[in-house]
Amino acid sequence: MPNFTIKNANLYYSDFQALKDINLNINDKNITTFIGPSGCGKSSFLRCLNRMNDLVDGARVTGKFLLGNDETDIYKISDVSELRKRVGMVFQKPNPFPMTIYDNITYGAKMHGIKDKKKLDDIVEKSLRDVAIWEEVKDRLKKSALGLSGGQQQRLCIARTIAIEPEVLLMDEPTSALDPISTIKIEDLVGNLKKDYTIVMVTHNMQQASRLGGHTAFFLNGEIIEYSKTSLLFSNPKEKQTEDYITGRFG
Amino acid sequence: MNNRKLKNTLSYIKIYFGIGISVTILFSILILVLINGIQNLSFEFVFSLDAPRGFSLMPMLATTTVIVVLTLLISVPLGISSAIYLNEYASSKSKLVKIVRSSIETLSGIPSIIYGLFGFLFYVIVLGWSWSIRAGIFTVAIMILPIIIRATEEALKAVPMSYRMGSYALGAGKFYTIRKVVLPAAINGILASIILSIGRLIGETAALLLTAGTLLDMPVNLQSSAATLSVFMYTITIEQGDMNRAYATAIVLMALVLSLNLLANFIAKRLKRD
Repeated sequence: MPNFTIKNANLYYSDFQALKDINLNINDKNITTFIGPSGCGKSSFLRCLNRMNDLVDGARVTGKFLLGNDETDIYKISDVSELRKRVGMVFQKPNPFPMTIYDNITYGAKMHGIKDKKKLDDIVEKSLRDVAIWEEVKDRLKKSALGLSGGQQQRLCIARTIAIEPEVLLMDEPTSALDPISTIKIEDLVGNLKKDYTIVMVTHNMQQASRLGGHTAFFLNGEIIEYSKTSLLFSNPKEKQTEDYITGRFG
Repeated sequence: MNNRKLKNTLSYIKIYFGIGISVTILFSILILVLINGIQNLSFEFVFSLDAPRGFSLMPMLATTTVIVVLTLLISVPLGISSAIYLNEYASSKSKLVKIVRSSIETLSGIPSIIYGLFGFLFYVIVLGWSWSIRAGIFTVAIMILPIIIRATEEALKAVPMSYRMGSYALGAGKFYTIRKVVLPAAINGILASIILSIGRLIGETAALLLTAGTLLDMPVNLQSSAATLSVFMYTITIEQGDMNRAYATAIVLMALVLSLNLLANFIAKRLKRD
């Protein structure tokens, strides 16, 4: 069952049309990966899903983006904070705030009104356990998050996002700045998280997309060329362009 | 190969020569002041409360402190909020912002005597405040405003965009993001700007000479005319030709600036650790 339904979506940056008539059903409690060459619009599309494009001067979105069982049109939500609480985002480069690990995790919760110390402690422990770094950092919760390694920082950023219990987790090439071992750890983690969250991930790495499974959309020049089960898309692409891309003929 | 080594050695010599000259000049100033001033420096001269006019630095220390603290109370909040507006809210394309920015840049380069002249004409004469601490404060408050705005803006610019994005993505609004993420990340730069302004204030003569006056008595209230340490140094050197007391005052001034810098470093380190 779809958690996010996108109908006839277009995105313009001033005069430039970055996305053309996108139609997509993103399935609940599953992982959906976006692949495609640089500049194909996959990251731009991801940023439409939590309205980060609102921050870009001249960006304009048309179409319907219906979130959750209540089919809320996210572009009709007046308080964008409500949307971003439901749709979290993890970035390409780990971007922990320059504060303690504890404060990083509780940042979102405090902002959304949780003040009880005990509750916050629980949130910190649960989120860090969910991303499997609790054992590594439990003795240094009050130390700066900037002292962590890149891979740990990225897991902290994921923990920070799931601490506010979103429905959807957007990830914009979350492993492209990490070493192979950290990458595997994040992939394992994402595999576990898809039980509880709807995950949408942009990746440059086709092996990664096929390892993660779920569904995959292939973007090219602002359009979705093909969207199907990941195993199907990689083993038996329907479109010529998809085949050319995944066999490495371009991109 | 040999040629490269020779070039390398020559560059080193040039660099050390340069460093040598700058350090020598700085240290000779320091030593000159120390040698000439130390014999005239006494506990009495610095702290006495009942010494004859001009023979105790206490009134000047008090005036300096009052002017520095009150000026910062005006300029720091104003300067920081202006910088936040310019860097975080204003669109960089807006014409108004461009005009404001270039005015700030021009103002930060204007000689202080011009601020002094403005303060003299406006506060002392037009508003009829006469030579007073308040006229001095309002004059130097305008003078250090551009310094604080520019340095704070630089500090805000240095905060990575990714921090802001991370905060927005968690649902935070602009103001919350600035308060909780951007300002704490920029705090060192902002502190540096404040220290810079304190240094500027302590060393200021021209602007204060024309607005706060040169009276060497302990100030009673903000309407009193009173001299800061630097103004005192100027007056005893020029008007009384008393170099001994001037040198002794210079030592106190330098010690004051040095301890302020140490304090600033200490605060910055503390803030960084947390």
